[in-house]
Amino acid sequence: MGLFIAQLLTGLANAGALFMVASGLSLIFGVTRIVNFAHGSFYMLGAYVGYTLIQVLPGVVGFWGAILLAGLAVGLIGMLVEILVLRPVYRAPELFQLVATFGVILVIQDLALMTWGPEDLLGPRSPGLVGVVRIMGEPVPKYDIALLVITPFVALALWYLMTQTRVGVLVRAATQDREMVGALGVNQAWLFTGVFALGCGLAGLGGALQLPKGGADLMMDFNILTAVFVVVVIGGMGSLPGAYLAAVIISVLNVFGVTYIPQSTLVLMFIVMVLVLMIRPYGLFGREEVAGEHGQVGEPERPIKPAGLQVRLLVAAGVAALAALPLYGSGFMQVLTTDILIFCLFAASLHFLLGLGGLVSFGHAAYFGGGAYVAGLLVKHAGTPMELAFILAPLGAGLGAFIIGWVCLRLTGVYFAMLTLAFAQLLWSLVFQWGEFTGGDDGILGLWPAKWLSGTTPYFYFTLVFSVGGVLFLRHVAHSPFGYALRAARDSERQAEATGINTRRVRMLAFSFAGFMAGLAGGLFVFSKGSIFPNELEITRSFDALIVVFLGGVKTLSGGIVGAAFFKGVEDVLTRFEYWRLAMGLLIIGVVILAPDGIVGTLRKWAERLGVLKRAEDES
Amino acid sequence: MSVVLETRGLTKAFGGLVAVNDVSLQLHKGELLALIGPNGAGKSTCFNMLMGQLRPTKGSVHLMGEDITGLSPRVIWRRGVGRTFQITATYASMTVVENVQMALLSHNHQVLKVLPYAHKMHRDRAHELLEMVGMAEQADRHCAVLAYGDLKRLELAIALAHEPTLLLMDEPTAGMAPRERIALMQLTADIVRDQGVSVLFTEHDMDVVFAHSHRIMVLNRGQLIADGNVEAIRNDPRVQEVYLGGGTVFKSEDEAEDA
Amino acid sequence: MLELSAVNSFYGKAHVLNDLSFTVARGQVVALLGRNGAGKTTTMKSIMQLVQPRSGKVTFQGQDITGMPTHKVAKLGLGYVPEERRIFTDLTVAENLEVGRQPPRDGTYAWTTDMLFDLFPNLAERRGNRGKALSGGEQQMLTIARTLMGNPSLVLLDEPSEGIAPVIVEQMVNVIKTLKADGLTVLLSEQNLHFARAVADMAVIIEGGTQKFNGTLEELNAHPEIRDAYLSI
Repeated sequence: MGLFIAQLLTGLANAGALFMVASGLSLIFGVTRIVNFAHGSFYMLGAYVGYTLIQVLPGVVGFWGAILLAGLAVGLIGMLVEILVLRPVYRAPELFQLVATFGVILVIQDLALMTWGPEDLLGPRSPGLVGVVRIMGEPVPKYDIALLVITPFVALALWYLMTQTRVGVLVRAATQDREMVGALGVNQAWLFTGVFALGCGLAGLGGALQLPKGGADLMMDFNILTAVFVVVVIGGMGSLPGAYLAAVIISVLNVFGVTYIPQSTLVLMFIVMVLVLMIRPYGLFGREEVAGEHGQVGEPERPIKPAGLQVRLLVAAGVAALAALPLYGSGFMQVLTTDILIFCLFAASLHFLLGLGGLVSFGHAAYFGGGAYVAGLLVKHAGTPMELAFILAPLGAGLGAFIIGWVCLRLTGVYFAMLTLAFAQLLWSLVFQWGEFTGGDDGILGLWPAKWLSGTTPYFYFTLVFSVGGVLFLRHVAHSPFGYALRAARDSERQAEATGINTRRVRMLAFSFAGFMAGLAGGLFVFSKGSIFPNELEITRSFDALIVVFLGGVKTLSGGIVGAAFFKGVEDVLTRFEYWRLAMGLLIIGVVILAPDGIVGTLRKWAERLGVLKRAEDES
Repeated sequence: MSVVLETRGLTKAFGGLVAVNDVSLQLHKGELLALIGPNGAGKSTCFNMLMGQLRPTKGSVHLMGEDITGLSPRVIWRRGVGRTFQITATYASMTVVENVQMALLSHNHQVLKVLPYAHKMHRDRAHELLEMVGMAEQADRHCAVLAYGDLKRLELAIALAHEPTLLLMDEPTAGMAPRERIALMQLTADIVRDQGVSVLFTEHDMDVVFAHSHRIMVLNRGQLIADGNVEAIRNDPRVQEVYLGGGTVFKSEDEAEDA
Repeated sequence: MLELSAVNSFYGKAHVLNDLSFTVARGQVVALLGRNGAGKTTTMKSIMQLVQPRSGKVTFQGQDITGMPTHKVAKLGLGYVPEERRIFTDLTVAENLEVGRQPPRDGTYAWTTDMLFDLFPNLAERRGNRGKALSGGEQQMLTIARTLMGNPSLVLLDEPSEGIAPVIVEQMVNVIKTLKADGLTVLLSEQNLHFARAVADMAVIIEGGTQKFNGTLEELNAHPEIRDAYLSI
């Protein structure tokens, strides 16, 4: 009993930081419609800044003052980020801003590395709260008790701000229709900045508050991000009580999980989330997302046409040039091109979902890594020949996508996106924690292609055939009745359903198909590297694909592959430098600001302006 | 005259609120029936039950004598019920003709095909339908740049793609200019006459309702309070009280006769 | 009071307003008439700077407001009631009014919630209800009340009678007449000529984003050919 209560209290204490970060994320999303991927980074900054301030400020007052100041400082940094990075891109298509926030993650990572170095920082103790109190004989850290008390006050203050003050009313109004709020005389630009700063400040406060428990390190940003997404989704987007309750549930569960089933703590969180969403699709306290209600649907996509003869010849010439690469390129060039081709196929499969179906999957790595693991596990455990394993990789990924799609497609919009992310993370944690079967963190080694394919050049050709073939097939499907039906479901679900199109079935098939293609890329990948590690399933891998699709141009058919080729190439150059993340982050932010239609979309607009391409008819 | 659509005691309650209360109506072949009433009277709820978007709490819906209560919108569509929306719903990323082709693909059970090119399929039939609603010249325009009235006509072409026996039109002329309203309703009336389609529509523009409907039913607080021809409805004191008012905001009877 | 001179506005590449000029004098109710797609809503949005005119000038009370941020335009005393109503459905009636609240300016009427509830008795009964629980007619009343909370000196009403039962439209006529008697200036766009006739002093007819007629309603009635050419009734 004593142990139970002690654990409950620890769980409740842990919920504090999680709640603060999650409520900030949810607040920012509610008003600005931006999924702030960088939210974990602000949490990390809070910890680092707090650490430094505590070194400077002495005593009890200094400690708590430092924590408050850290929240404040991070809020100011958030404000700066909003003004410099996000303001220029509010007019860009929805979700494009999240690409900018991804750039912010990279920048903050390197800035933190430069400032505080690569070593993990041990959290300072809280003066006056060192040691434990005994509750029914069980030790509970005093600091936990303090957190337990503080969190409800923060929650209450937030609740008061949101429901009882004019600012709160304005924020909630802006959540629904920000343009209208502006037309009623409210300066919404500052409302946005204020909310963003508040949200970041909360994250920073959370980061500083957990210092005595967890310290500060460079992995904090991604480590908390998943948990925060899970909390926000379980609680319901935009709901403060929901975020609190969900943070408590997850934290308590985690503490008990560590005690009783230590191998599956990560998995547990996702299972709870899936269960909640099965019963309440929009979270415990959330409400349904209504598409287009925020008056920012953006520029409609243009009609598509199969490529004309000129373009086909151009593509043929390009493929021929690639095919001739072994004649003039080095072995390294072939390996790099193999990597790029695989990534292009992966990105194209996501682009199919995102561009045609409007289905934003945050967890596409599940099918890429999933396909790779299917092949790897078959070879390792069943001694399957490489050829067969390679064929089964996309089939396994497609099947997985079918099952995950079946659950996720009950939801729409950002809930859908987050749920796909959660499933990807579930898969990752399964692979990571089930070491005896999957090799865990050590991965699976010795997965080499069959004899006739071994060697750089044969495998390059093998990849060329499947990647180019896969991309071309994806493009062809886009022009088929199925591709049209997918677009119809995206453009107007009402009309599609009212004319007999089973939009759910169409989306399910599209999701499975995209998963299949990602699995194909995964299959190519695993045998090109000879090994597979859990990081191919990680959140960052999913984001990589997402970023290149957006930067290439969601609304253009070739956006995915152009973005993939461009960024894989750039990455290869940049990673040779120490602070490559900083450069990459700034590059991403630069592209977002300068080319809001993506690389292909913006090039097309320039070409139209210069008269090289025929203008589309009076586009609005 | 054969009955195309019939509801018997149709009722829908949301929690304690009864939105539609015991509505029984009949729609005959070739009839243009208007359903009017104040905002919130239950017209949309009625429509949604007819189209299968909502399941009635009580009562039933019959199409050509068959019970279709509780069937999904897709099945009801396949049985021959087309609809147009109050707020237009079209595929903004496609051309005008592709919008119609999409409906034809669905009509022919071809939406899951991945090998043929969609834009080459049913092109001629799609053009015929566009011709019918006067949109043939705009067939290759991008749907997103169409004027509102043209979108409404496009919707009509989409609804006609699977040769419906019954058309449900939810405020078909909302947001249109007076002349466009008349043109669209004239078009609808022609289709009713030439193809034997029956139409049930809701509308707030009394000029349109009085000029084109064969019969009018009035819904108030979920209940039918009147059912009759134009003249009877115009002069019904209860309808005047809850809906029409003093008649200052639509054409008077004399004006209507002049027109 | 409000003057548009040679305003040109675009949606993307579509030229919607073409050298549009007209004025609204203090205390008048001016009806902006024209077909669908003639540019009425774009005119409203160009005045509010929700669509920024590419050339030309919008002056309000002698001040050039072209290119000004929308919220500043609103603060000067321009109230905007959009076509799609756009009430905040998750907020209560009282909170919706709170969003619209602005301090009174020189020479504007100082509205209070109680005064508005007198003007719209239906809303008073429902002050604690969320916007989404209101009927279409009540929502329309709420948008107008919300705008009045900003104590505007000029109100832009975009198609207030659209999709509203005739009996409610009649109520709206009375409300506009009351507001006019209180000295408010109104520019309203309409498709329903009956409604416009009932409230407006002046009419501006636009077609293809260009002004085709500007005069009193009596003049318009005296020239049925203009009516037939541009309004097609």
